[in-house]
Amino acid sequence: MTADAPLKPPALELRGIDKRFGSVHANRAISFAVAAGSVHGLIGENGAGKSTLMNIVYGFHRPDAGVILVNGREVEIHSPQDAISAGIGMVHQHFMLVENFTVLENVLLGVEGGPLLARGLARARMELQKIGRDYGLEVPLDALVGTLPVGLQQRVEILKALHRGAGILILDEPTAVLTPQETDQFFRMLGRLRDQGRTVLLVTHKLREIMAITDRVTVMRQGAVVAEVVTASTSPRELAEKMVGRAVLLQVKKGELRAGPALLSVRNLSVRDSAGALRVKHMSFEVRAGEIVAIAGVAGNGQSELLEVLAGMGVSTSGEIFMGGFDLVATAADPRRRRELGLAHVPEDRLRVGVVPGFSAQANLILGYQDRAAFNRGGLMNDGAILADCERKMAAYDVRPPLPGLRLSAFSGGNQQKLVIAREVDCEPQVLLVGQPTRGVDIGAIEFIHHRLVALRDAGKAILLISVELDEILGLADRILVMAGGEITGELSRAEATEEKIGLLMAGVRGEGRA
Amino acid sequence: METYTVIVLLLAATIRVATPLLLAALAGMFSERAGIIDLGLEGKMLGAAFAAASVSAVSGSAWLGLGVGVLTAIALSLLLGFACVTHRGNQVVAAVAVNIVVGGLGPTLALAWFSLGGQTPQLDAAGQRFTALIWPWALSAREVPLPGLLYAELLSGHNLVVYLAAVLVPAAAWVLYRTRFGLRLRAVGENPQAVDTAGISVTALRYQAMIISGGLCGVAGTYLSIAASSGFVRDMTAGKGYLALAALIFGKWRPYPTLGACLLFAFTDALAVRLQGVPLPIVGVIPVQFILALPYVLTVLLLAGFVGRAIAPRAIGVPYTKER
Repeated sequence: MTADAPLKPPALELRGIDKRFGSVHANRAISFAVAAGSVHGLIGENGAGKSTLMNIVYGFHRPDAGVILVNGREVEIHSPQDAISAGIGMVHQHFMLVENFTVLENVLLGVEGGPLLARGLARARMELQKIGRDYGLEVPLDALVGTLPVGLQQRVEILKALHRGAGILILDEPTAVLTPQETDQFFRMLGRLRDQGRTVLLVTHKLREIMAITDRVTVMRQGAVVAEVVTASTSPRELAEKMVGRAVLLQVKKGELRAGPALLSVRNLSVRDSAGALRVKHMSFEVRAGEIVAIAGVAGNGQSELLEVLAGMGVSTSGEIFMGGFDLVATAADPRRRRELGLAHVPEDRLRVGVVPGFSAQANLILGYQDRAAFNRGGLMNDGAILADCERKMAAYDVRPPLPGLRLSAFSGGNQQKLVIAREVDCEPQVLLVGQPTRGVDIGAIEFIHHRLVALRDAGKAILLISVELDEILGLADRILVMAGGEITGELSRAEATEEKIGLLMAGVRGEGRA
Repeated sequence: METYTVIVLLLAATIRVATPLLLAALAGMFSERAGIIDLGLEGKMLGAAFAAASVSAVSGSAWLGLGVGVLTAIALSLLLGFACVTHRGNQVVAAVAVNIVVGGLGPTLALAWFSLGGQTPQLDAAGQRFTALIWPWALSAREVPLPGLLYAELLSGHNLVVYLAAVLVPAAAWVLYRTRFGLRLRAVGENPQAVDTAGISVTALRYQAMIISGGLCGVAGTYLSIAASSGFVRDMTAGKGYLALAALIFGKWRPYPTLGACLLFAFTDALAVRLQGVPLPIVGVIPVQFILALPYVLTVLLLAGFVGRAIAPRAIGVPYTKER
């Protein structure tokens, strides 16, 4: 099948796609082609313009200039409906599913085949069973989508696209919600789709996935295509450099582990959510001075609730949290009291919890510390001191642009996160809680943030890191706790941890027997 | 009167009271299932009640009154849609604005046109109102004790709108669960992004829902002014739109449970009327204010706890914007 490939026109070709949003030039004259029957990678950092481009291809946005060709023919795509008729299917990062509909109803939505449902439902059921057998995409058709695990929900999205006859499948960050094992399974499925002649465009920022599955890869940076290469002839390092535009260290250098006494101890902690479900079940662990303990797990397995309770934002059902001889639970310490005891918190959801987007950078830098004597004079804020503090931190943490008065939401994700890290690390906490420190952050800033966290550890502080990025965990942690279903399913030292072992524990498989 | 006669008459009154509630609740079901909070039920009903009574008074035709009443409510509904769907305005504020405007505009126009202190003229000529339809042999059946009385009072003797409302419940269920439109409507209230990516217009669907909601409110309002009574008076909806919304929530946005909720509310209302001035065992005569408050107290109690968790359509109240 590769022999006649050059004769076929590309399944999807973009020529000179250009798009501006106000002053932001999101796509600059983008051109590339996706060969029919191949898996093509599109890689770039957050904000490189990948999503805008895909939204143009799927008809959500109109390009200012440029044309789209499908199978060698120029097509006008004004709406998702046009994209679907052109044979383009898209699986969005955030699933476009109606949770209280069955799988069948979700697939049928938009292609009902007539004003009444009965016949369409029967026909779709038969077709889905056939597609399911052909591609190994079996899903319980009458289950409510909201009750299915995310891996199956993703299958539903792919079934939707295939049911609409999509010859070209665009997948936007498809593996963000999957365990490593599920990801492997997912890639095998993509391989089968390719073998059956479908074309896959995989949009991601994960180098590992590009290397694992794609045939060719297009690299985007700052709204433009900067490289297009055959995957087999490149390396992760080369791709990373092209994405960032300079050499990057993919590994952080750490000093020898010199763990001291436990600074944070959690005993038998349980947390119930507002609906009454037990989200954290009898967790016990310690974080010692001079070590980074990471909690790995697929998103939604109780990590967020754990972090909230430790930071004092949520309430535990039972258990104890000890810090510096105090039981934070028994003394009902609020976040402010915890901060005084030396606990700092970089929240998972930066924009909702970590900052006030409409405030200036300098105001954001004192949030939570606004009562400190240094920032006050009489009953008023000491604006001069706050400004000076902000300027110092902006320089020390390489925040760009270094404008203390600028509205926080005007900074890029990476620079916003640097400001939060500056605020929480600079006060020299004894214990630092960090949730998803590099979510939505570009590679350059990731490197910087990782260095800062390691420096804090080397200074003998305790860090509890919660992340869904395995690379981040393997790069930073001294000890790894894996959470699944609200429980610790296993603990691994950095030396014994492998992606495979962590993956099995993330899936809830305990013990060494099957690892 | 014999006990069963009292009960049958009470049930007959329940049906009459339930009709406008049910129509308004079904109206709300369409708009809320599409993701729009429909506090405007009240205003749309009131507008239709005024328009229907005015047109019927002038033209002498109840059918013309119904037509104009429905069109008026649809127009108000589209106005709300324009504010909430096209301009993504706050749905609660827009609806409250409509309710206030209609509440004032009706009596004002009535005063200007008919000079009767804010009311419309009394409708007593033949054909100006929808009157009770007496089924065959109903009068003679009344003589036969229980089955005859049930036939004569419960089945026969209501006006056309009551029967229409009864038919509309299964019709609404059929539309909602068995048709393409219903599938899309339910989807757009849960996840409009999913609808948009499926290549369906969110805006068009929501406007369609608002038109249906307006039409049903129009029938409900018409019922109030030219079927259940004989003319429009100020504030004649008296919170029925809000009560219908409560019934809709109590019925968890489903047709048959909503019917049940409307009947329950209507029954307490009918009971309240019947209990006025009647001495009860132990407590004696209950002050009329307490009795009249009964349906509302019941609403609060039911919604506060006895319903269980009512899960609203997920996207309700949120204007749809395509994300960048």
